[in-house]
Amino acid sequence: MMIETKKDLKQLVADVVDRALKAGATDAEAVAYEGDEFEVKVRLGQVETLVESGSRGLGLRVFNGLRTASTSTSDLSEEGIAHLVKGAVELSKITGEDPFAGLPEVGSFSEKRNSEGMGLFFEDVYSLPAEERIAYARRAEEAAMSADVRIQNSDGGTFDAATSRKVMANSRGFAGEYRKSYCSVAAMPIAQDAKGMQRDYWYSSARTLARLESPESVGKEAARRAVRRLGARKVKTQRASMVFPPEMARSLIGNIFEAANGEAIYRHATFFDGKLGERVAGENITVVDDGTMMLEAGLAGFGTLPFDGDGLPMQRKVLVEKGILKSYVMNTYTARKLGMKSTGNATRGLGGAPGIGAGNFYLEPGTQTLEEIVSEVQNGLYVYETLGSGVNLVTGDYSQGASGLWIENGEFTGAVEEITIAGNLKEMYTNIVAIGSDLVWRGATAVPTIRIEGMTIAGE
Amino acid sequence: MATMTVSKTEYFRERMGVTNGLLERCLQAALSAGGDFAELYFESVTSTSIGVDEGIVKSASQGMSVGCGIRVLSGERTGFSYTDDLTEAKLLHAAKTAALIASGPSKVQVQGFVETEVHALYPVIDLDTEISAKLDLVQRADRTARGYDPRVTQVRASFSDEVRRILIVASDGTYASDVQPLSRLNVGVLAKDDSGSARGTSGGGGRVQISYYNEQKTPEFFATEAARQAILQLTATEAPAGEMEVVLGPGWPGVLIHEAVGHGLEADFNRKKQSAFAGLLGQKVANEKVTVVDNGTIAGRRGSINVDDEGAPTQDTVLIEKGVLRRYMSDKLSAKLMGLPGTGSGRRESYQHFPMPRMTNTYMLAGEDEPADILRSVKKGLYAVNFSGGSVDITNGKFVFAASEAYLIEDGKVAAPVKGAMFVGDGPTSLHHVSMVGHDLALDEGIGTCGKKGQGVPVGVGMPTIKLDRMTVGGTGR
Repeated sequence: MMIETKKDLKQLVADVVDRALKAGATDAEAVAYEGDEFEVKVRLGQVETLVESGSRGLGLRVFNGLRTASTSTSDLSEEGIAHLVKGAVELSKITGEDPFAGLPEVGSFSEKRNSEGMGLFFEDVYSLPAEERIAYARRAEEAAMSADVRIQNSDGGTFDAATSRKVMANSRGFAGEYRKSYCSVAAMPIAQDAKGMQRDYWYSSARTLARLESPESVGKEAARRAVRRLGARKVKTQRASMVFPPEMARSLIGNIFEAANGEAIYRHATFFDGKLGERVAGENITVVDDGTMMLEAGLAGFGTLPFDGDGLPMQRKVLVEKGILKSYVMNTYTARKLGMKSTGNATRGLGGAPGIGAGNFYLEPGTQTLEEIVSEVQNGLYVYETLGSGVNLVTGDYSQGASGLWIENGEFTGAVEEITIAGNLKEMYTNIVAIGSDLVWRGATAVPTIRIEGMTIAGE
Repeated sequence: MATMTVSKTEYFRERMGVTNGLLERCLQAALSAGGDFAELYFESVTSTSIGVDEGIVKSASQGMSVGCGIRVLSGERTGFSYTDDLTEAKLLHAAKTAALIASGPSKVQVQGFVETEVHALYPVIDLDTEISAKLDLVQRADRTARGYDPRVTQVRASFSDEVRRILIVASDGTYASDVQPLSRLNVGVLAKDDSGSARGTSGGGGRVQISYYNEQKTPEFFATEAARQAILQLTATEAPAGEMEVVLGPGWPGVLIHEAVGHGLEADFNRKKQSAFAGLLGQKVANEKVTVVDNGTIAGRRGSINVDDEGAPTQDTVLIEKGVLRRYMSDKLSAKLMGLPGTGSGRRESYQHFPMPRMTNTYMLAGEDEPADILRSVKKGLYAVNFSGGSVDITNGKFVFAASEAYLIEDGKVAAPVKGAMFVGDGPTSLHHVSMVGHDLALDEGIGTCGKKGQGVPVGVGMPTIKLDRMTVGGTGR
């Protein structure tokens, strides 16, 4: 069954490219996707929802000289495909000529054309029988609820598994495909005391079941996180030190990727505009994006693929080296706009033009433990949650709702909420005074604990 | 509101071969393991999008998706499966997969359907409007924004539209269908001068015909608004930080209502006692000047729908009446389990998702205060008129929303513009601090998309000018 489908999708994208050329396109690129998912949520010991499904889709991008258009469909019937091809070719007649449009040059495509032997796909995510999968979700919730008497309610425990396959072909001779697998277990307990309720969660995700953390350890950690939020108070408006644990530091440092995004650069819509070769962060900051990384022998990183969304090789590049901006991140289009070479960061969904996304993105770790970092704080906040999207990449202004643990003289002194934290990323990146050693890959971005000076808290 | 019977079921029958016999066989298969309730949700969406960027029409796209989501309820349990292949074999397979949420002999017989009478809130639109008309909209927006000021350096304008056809049938006899048009024009502007760069965005639309963009809200209107905001932000100073008096302008600032109370009043969170509003029905949760409704029945609005995604007609529901909590928004499951009236609030992102209680158009009703008096009453504070969005933790009730256009108020007068400030508050208590409510109720332009548990649905918000005596503002200032 699987072999038959495999042949079908590869043949399908090749056919669609051919049909687009016959219909008048000067170049064409087709992608097809198929995937299946399983998802179970157990709440208060009972199965609450169970989802099991599969889906497919097909996308086409055509060029008519320097004009381009795209179409997508979930209807893979002959009629659906005919509509897809005709629609794309017709739309490409009404768009404008863009001197930078076009597929990558012949000869630039990735040598790697499939995911075999890369450690991206593991059959074992579906190896558990149905009752065992439900048991994983139940065990995670149970571990959270039995961890503390203050946890009497829950938004459940979950177990998810998914596999997908993506196939791509274009009229410049590229044809490639990859399969990926994914599984995760999570718990979302609710803690309560006289002051009110607090919710938190924890999870583990992996490409293979063999690397998934135990439901018990996930549940226990979720409980610790929910309980520590109880009794939260507001604090006064002030300047203070901020300690960002890995889950929070990840998006903060992840903004470096967005600020170096080639599209934002050519639009002059980022505070990194014109800063190539210049200092953008402290000397202790080195940031890398590596689309080829292996977590261990036979297990690819969460962001590793055989080729990017343009069909080009994935690469390792240092974005910031000892505080100096060394590279932008680009796909084929933005690289042409900037007169540079693609960094293999193209992403491609079914519809539209390729975007830009990270491979495995990380901040090089320091040497301090969390305890050491906290012990040096006189007055500050350990931020365990930010709310909102108050990051302006044009100006670097940063303003977010926050909650966390207050730190006084190197000790935690209880939870804080209903405050905001603010600063400017330009200054924040030069004011990182401590970097932890705790670089752990829980997804495609990993950043250790960091401490930043000079930010403002708004509260009472 | 005019109500009429609209029979739109032919689409799935004629185009996809979905006959009544097939519907009954699928429902029977979905109930074969003993479920209490089964539902089939057929959806077909066609969409187009066109964009101008750097003065060039750089993108044009169209998409088509079709599928069926099958849901089975057994007590509090939900089994769900979907397929994008509408052949009988695939539909029956999905039905049997969803059926397994229950375990026992089949106990419900599927016996015919009753077609639901639904509202007629929007025109039935053919998406094949001449593409040249859409091209004209984005090109006019581009020209207007560029011509607004020499400091405008980048302009992007896009027009997106879709037609969503749905058919919902269920073992309780539900049989409802709708054709839902939705479109939106967006403009983004970047301005630059010696002091730096700034961004401005604007947009709007609804369940309207393309003539709306020529007769009511034109590309010139949205482009001018986006350019005005970008130029204004070039001169914005740092926002102050701390607790202060805050005045919110009419319209889009109603996102406060959506975050502070809206999500917390969705029935599922309250049924599971996860919301900070659980158990507060009949209690005072806001100042008596505050009345909040969720109204899915306003013609042409982005958040309006003739029928919800469970086949129930939408309603105009009073959530908070003069400060007292009156009702939660509920879907079939929560209404049944909580013994509450349904509010036509069951919505989902697509056939790949199961429904949940969701908002439609959520807004605070007008009061009696003069907007100018409200501003005059503030000695020192902040006046916010545009927002970029917000979010909430429904369990502890803490919410944020981010201003994209705000001004200082000094001695009752609107003073200098300040940079994007974040507001933070507590849902169950923040609306007690509303001390004045203007008579100038306005709804937003039609740009909102609400996210909940990974599902996005189009919504509307609204509010008159209001004054909050106390609100925490997270400034950018030092």
